[in-house]
Amino acid sequence: MRSLSPRLLDIPRCVELIQDLNFAEVARWKAEHPGGKAIAYFPVYAPVEIIHACGMLPVGLNGAGDRLDIQHADARFGSFICSIIKTTLEMAITGRLDWMDGMFFSTICDSARNLCFVSKRNFPEKYWDFIHLPQNAGSPAAVDFLEQEYRRILLQLESLAGRKADDDALRGAIRLYNHNRELLRDLYALRERHPERLRTWELYSLLRAGCFLPVETHNAGLEAALAELRAGAAKPRDSIRILIEGSFCEQPPLDLIRLIEEAGCYIVDDDFILGRRWFTQDVPSEGDPIRALAESYLNRSVYSSVRHDPRHPRPRALVEKARSRRADAVLFLIAKFCEPAYFDYVLFKQAVEAAGIPHLLLEFEEKAFTFERSRTEVETFVESLLFD
Amino acid sequence: MADTAKSEYRGEIHSRQKELMSAWYQRLDEAARTGAPATVELMISGNCVELLEAFDAVPLYPEINALQLAIRHQSLEPILLAEELGYAADNCAYVKADIGALLKGISPAAGKLPKPSLVLCNFVGCNTYIKWFEHAAVFQGSPLYMLDVPFLRADSPSREDVTYVVRQLREVVKMLEAITGRKFDYGRFRHAVECSRRVEDAWSRIKLLAQRRPSPFDAYFDAITLMGPLYVYRASPAGVEFFDIALRELEARAARGEGVYDQEKFRVVLEGPPPYPYFRAFRDMFAKWRACPVASTYSTVGGLWEFGFRHDAEDPFEAVALHMLEHNLTNRNFLQRYAQLRRYVEDWNAHGLIIHFVKSCRLFSAGQGDMRDYFTRVLGVPTLYIESDLEDPRYFAEAQTKNRMDAFFEALEHAGAHRGLPLAVSGPAGPHANPNLKVIP
Repeated sequence: MRSLSPRLLDIPRCVELIQDLNFAEVARWKAEHPGGKAIAYFPVYAPVEIIHACGMLPVGLNGAGDRLDIQHADARFGSFICSIIKTTLEMAITGRLDWMDGMFFSTICDSARNLCFVSKRNFPEKYWDFIHLPQNAGSPAAVDFLEQEYRRILLQLESLAGRKADDDALRGAIRLYNHNRELLRDLYALRERHPERLRTWELYSLLRAGCFLPVETHNAGLEAALAELRAGAAKPRDSIRILIEGSFCEQPPLDLIRLIEEAGCYIVDDDFILGRRWFTQDVPSEGDPIRALAESYLNRSVYSSVRHDPRHPRPRALVEKARSRRADAVLFLIAKFCEPAYFDYVLFKQAVEAAGIPHLLLEFEEKAFTFERSRTEVETFVESLLFD
Repeated sequence: MADTAKSEYRGEIHSRQKELMSAWYQRLDEAARTGAPATVELMISGNCVELLEAFDAVPLYPEINALQLAIRHQSLEPILLAEELGYAADNCAYVKADIGALLKGISPAAGKLPKPSLVLCNFVGCNTYIKWFEHAAVFQGSPLYMLDVPFLRADSPSREDVTYVVRQLREVVKMLEAITGRKFDYGRFRHAVECSRRVEDAWSRIKLLAQRRPSPFDAYFDAITLMGPLYVYRASPAGVEFFDIALRELEARAARGEGVYDQEKFRVVLEGPPPYPYFRAFRDMFAKWRACPVASTYSTVGGLWEFGFRHDAEDPFEAVALHMLEHNLTNRNFLQRYAQLRRYVEDWNAHGLIIHFVKSCRLFSAGQGDMRDYFTRVLGVPTLYIESDLEDPRYFAEAQTKNRMDAFFEALEHAGAHRGLPLAVSGPAGPHANPNLKVIP
């Protein structure tokens, strides 16, 4: 395994963080911050700045991958429900989330919403909340509503933390996360320009590690990684440039991402851990910070299958992204039973076909560990494009 | 040995319902042929049909069209067509049947369905609605408005939630003015809201009749007959007249001591939509045991009125907003549904709960295993959990479902539930303890 930097945030360390179902890093933070609270959030997006400003650690949970046998959650959620719902509940039932003081869910899908309330019944000692993120971005009423929704959440968190978060604390958090997103944008841009220098499984590991670390630590690690990568060089491979769409919630296994790359793909953009890269520009750090966060959610965010915005149709946005990244093809990488992704697939497929962009659909489950069929499909797809 | 019993009642309710629903499809056909009246595609859940009535616009409910296709065994063909387009096996089959039928020009009625003047997505709880209506707007080339209703995160909506919905309703008014060329008539809107209040009164009284023993009303299968007029005509004088007739007829049956079954044996609460492709077969599984559904959550998707909410013409915008936010099943959270079901079991004197998991609808079904755990383990209510689908005939295993239903009722019979013997149950009693359930403190 090639590592980027042994100093701060090397790749093996990131992989270790992602795979640690004991959440040792979070436990360490709590030990170092007596009385400090850790607030988890379910994908896709949560206003981490508000959590941070209350002196708490935001923790992004994206399922348990293939490292957890589901023994209890199946009986609660039955058939036809995606894996991340079950692994999240399973982690809670088996005590792996005991460190957690509270958790946010939002308006992404029906299963996630019900999970919020099932969790509330089963673990009444913890704080569970549901954030209604507006789906009518075209209405001026949406910003006012979201501002009030964030103020409601702020009050809840302040009460849990036993301290107030003033505007300066919120602005400070906005600046820290703006920097975090800027570093991630830079890393994404670097990979897009030099995919031979930074493999996607490595970038993904760097990105997702941030879900378990204080943002200050993550920023330092990303800065070091970026400096090293900018100075580096690597030999180009014979690969096609693809864009991944559909993995915004449940995450594909790391080995599957590796496999796609090994099968001859440069992944030049993706929607992994999308919530941490939600804004296309900085959130304003002047003025009313809560208003700035609400307004940015509606007006400065990426397109997403879990956010309806009539002003910017998603199929068009996907085609524009594919063109701007000079992608040869789109790989729809969709979690089994993921309704938002599968619905969008229908319109996305029509749009990319109309634009003459080849595409492939690959279904995954986070808990899968053999990918022979996927390998064959991707290899065949790559060959068909390389020798076209 | 169980008997085969009479399972449905046919009265004026049914003939009037047929007339009303045919008239509705005729108006839609007229709109398809002539471009008038204006039609607005709308979701059943927490629908704001009052606003449409104020403009004399006709609602077009794709859910009703989809279920009609399924009942008539015509849903598989459009579902397969939609899957060819790229819809997944696991996408909601209501959507697939609707989109497939749309592209194929299939209508469940004799006439045609119009291209809607407006696709108005009342996003009330169900996230699939967002996608469904986006697709409906794209495939039909109609304008789309996404009416975003904040999900009920607490017991009641906040002032900000209400304000947000009211502001959007006023935006819809502007759109409807532009589409219909009519100026918004506030008096007419108030009248529509007042009609709704009267319908809701009658509908609630009908539902409360099912608390009697025997119940004169099947609150699942017969409720579906009334739900068409409830959603299409609620805000109109035709709806008021229909529900007055229905109430009178059912009250007369109750006064004569007539029940859904001559000798009602079991009383059950139903959770989840029915398997429409096997509607008759499913109904017969209850009839065999003279088991009457006395309350159901499915009949509260469009609105939950039996606990007291009514549209109030004094503040019609706020009334419509409150209905969308708080007083329908889909925008209420999962634990509120547990409370609703518990109240049904207790106040409607039920012997048990039947949970029907439908593959298509995760809003209903995701987490129903936990619901079963709550009712069996915490409350000690006999509970049956079965799985199929509401639209896709491929997911109904008739023999297996029947075996499970039979086993459930056999167990109830064995426990003596039908003779009024107390069932050994645990858990704290609600405010209105059910004598069918003996609570162990």
